[in-house]
Amino acid sequence: MTWNEIKADIKGAFDGKILKWHEHNDTRIYVDIEPADLVEFSRYIFEKLGSRFIIASAVDTPRGGIEILYHFDFFKLPQVFSLRVFLPKPKPEVESLASVIKGTEWIEREMAELFGITFSNHPNPVHLLLPDDWPEGNYPLRRDQ
Amino acid sequence: MGIKLKALTKSPWVYHLSTGSCNNCDIEILDCLTPRYDLERLGIVLVGSPRHADALLVTGNMTMKCMKRAKEVYDQMPKPGVVIAVGTCALGHGVFEGSYVMPKTVDEVLPVDIYIPGCPPKPEGIIAGVAKLLEMLKQKA
Amino acid sequence: MSEIIPIGPYHPLQEEPEFFRLHVEGEKVVKLEIELGYNHRGIEKLAETKSWDQVVFLVERICGICSTSHPAASTNAMEDLGGIEAPERAQYIRTIICELERIHSHLLWLGLAGHFIGYNTVWMWVWKYREIVCDLLDKITGNRQSYAMFKVGGVRRDILEDDIPWIRASMDKLKPVLDLFKGAVMDDPVIRARTRGVGILTNEMAKQYCVVGPTARPSGVAIDVRKDDPYFAYGMVDFDIVVLEEGDVFAKAVCRILEMYESVKIIEQCIDKMKPGIIDLKIKELPAGEGIGRAEAPRGEVYHYCLSDGSNFPARYKVRAPSYTNIASNEVACVGETVADAALVLAAVDPCYCCTERLVVVDHDNRREQVLQGNTLIQLSHERTKQIRKELGV
Ligand code: SF4
Repeated sequence: MTWNEIKADIKGAFDGKILKWHEHNDTRIYVDIEPADLVEFSRYIFEKLGSRFIIASAVDTPRGGIEILYHFDFFKLPQVFSLRVFLPKPKPEVESLASVIKGTEWIEREMAELFGITFSNHPNPVHLLLPDDWPEGNYPLRRDQ
Repeated sequence: MGIKLKALTKSPWVYHLSTGSCNNCDIEILDCLTPRYDLERLGIVLVGSPRHADALLVTGNMTMKCMKRAKEVYDQMPKPGVVIAVGTCALGHGVFEGSYVMPKTVDEVLPVDIYIPGCPPKPEGIIAGVAKLLEMLKQKA
Repeated sequence: MSEIIPIGPYHPLQEEPEFFRLHVEGEKVVKLEIELGYNHRGIEKLAETKSWDQVVFLVERICGICSTSHPAASTNAMEDLGGIEAPERAQYIRTIICELERIHSHLLWLGLAGHFIGYNTVWMWVWKYREIVCDLLDKITGNRQSYAMFKVGGVRRDILEDDIPWIRASMDKLKPVLDLFKGAVMDDPVIRARTRGVGILTNEMAKQYCVVGPTARPSGVAIDVRKDDPYFAYGMVDFDIVVLEEGDVFAKAVCRILEMYESVKIIEQCIDKMKPGIIDLKIKELPAGEGIGRAEAPRGEVYHYCLSDGSNFPARYKVRAPSYTNIASNEVACVGETVADAALVLAAVDPCYCCTERLVVVDHDNRREQVLQGNTLIQLSHERTKQIRKELGV
């Protein structure tokens, strides 16, 4: 599939669920969606369109919440497709993607400990990088710490 | 202690302990063993267990998770033993100064005898450092 | 009854501390747990306290073996953020450094892998010839590792005309060496018997775990950022990516060896095509916005994301190293192998995390912990090789 076909496919399948479609340039696409649609959306582009999950980056924004960007790419295409969800504080919570994509398991554990995001239905919600006796409620990458 | 120290200077066996480094220092230490530099001709052997070691080559930043392990390894080493800190990280964190997972430097956790600076130190540098240490020990013994 | 064998976090030959728990039943591995974090240095947070220029130096120190891949991805990200295009000569120089690093890294892996299966001669030989590459890097950049060559909008040092014949000569010297290693690995019956069919990562699992680089390509997943999203001068040179089907340890070794030939090819083309010119645009500041940079490290795709609020410091900096996804795939690749082979499988992903400093055997029934010292895992591996040698009569 070419990028234009993929683009049309995504836009058609998720009509009305895309809050914002931003193309920084030809190869870097950012798409805002609701957290509730995340699993469905990722399942679609991972299983149906055969994309590859690269990584997720969480950002503590000054807008009073945490943003997660899920970066995907499509094999052989230069485009990086980033899904953005916004999780309001104080209790940022989103459904875990680990049941859809195995490769998200570690990064979700990492975001949970560094940002204090709750991933519901995560198969193995324990510390990944920080020591086990790290104080509860201390999230090093949050801005208010 | 005197005779033990003297024995140590003949053919020191070293154990390599990485405490959160970037690998470069560790590679350069391994490089010292390979044909170009060949530390073994000087009697310096890298061993697989701290219990057989006379010296610890410590690299890295001493992250929180490593602190306990590093102390354990040091306790396992027979005394008298020496501790050699290799690389800027081990000397005082370098670019990583101020990170939330490194409350202490290597020399606050272990008694360091000699520091080898560089990021990473060249193999020649490491060899020179070890040679200087041996000189020092000979005089002490 | 399953036993647990922890591996790590320290090992005589090991670069980084890492901790594995092998669950075994008899000889077979049934489950692998991986514990990370011994090396977690909080780089993403630190990056927010450094200026854009300093970030490149900081990311260089994430991993010593990939010490240009991270700056490469980082400059790519910042140039994406600012819409900057570095001058052509700089692109060629960057490509040369990246490929030199790939050769040095693959050789390093080959040496360590040789050590793990009990061929110390291979280790010594490989590392001897690795010095050719280290010398080149030393001459071009001024340091054997941590080259500090990259900056936003260019490179810091030029490749001098005087050095070019030397680079060419070094490449010529490397080719027979690569032939030698290729023969040593591909034709040796013992290595074949030891690695064929061991630690298979299927195509499907490779996709599920999102693995990259020489862990994915031997499993039939054709990804390579150099081809898919050409950066630097990769769009201007001609090379192939090596894709194999088997997914076992042997395929991973072969893939790496063949890749080195491609790297030599790329370097030679870059030298031919390079024209005199400026090597650096003087970039003063970066605008607000987001940038994504990718680069193909020796181990796979490095991914950097940066967010700028227009100030001198990044507001957020995210790094994804290739091993992050590759190591996780060991969870499936190890299952069903013997303990002796598990060491090899863990090593095949590179960085080799076969840390064996301490073996604690936990007996599930009476919760007895038995601490064993020494390189037991490596010894197991060596014994297995010996056994195979006997069987094959060599
Ligand atoms: S001193 Fe430099 S080369 Fe050595 S571990 Fe630290 S950052 Fe890496």
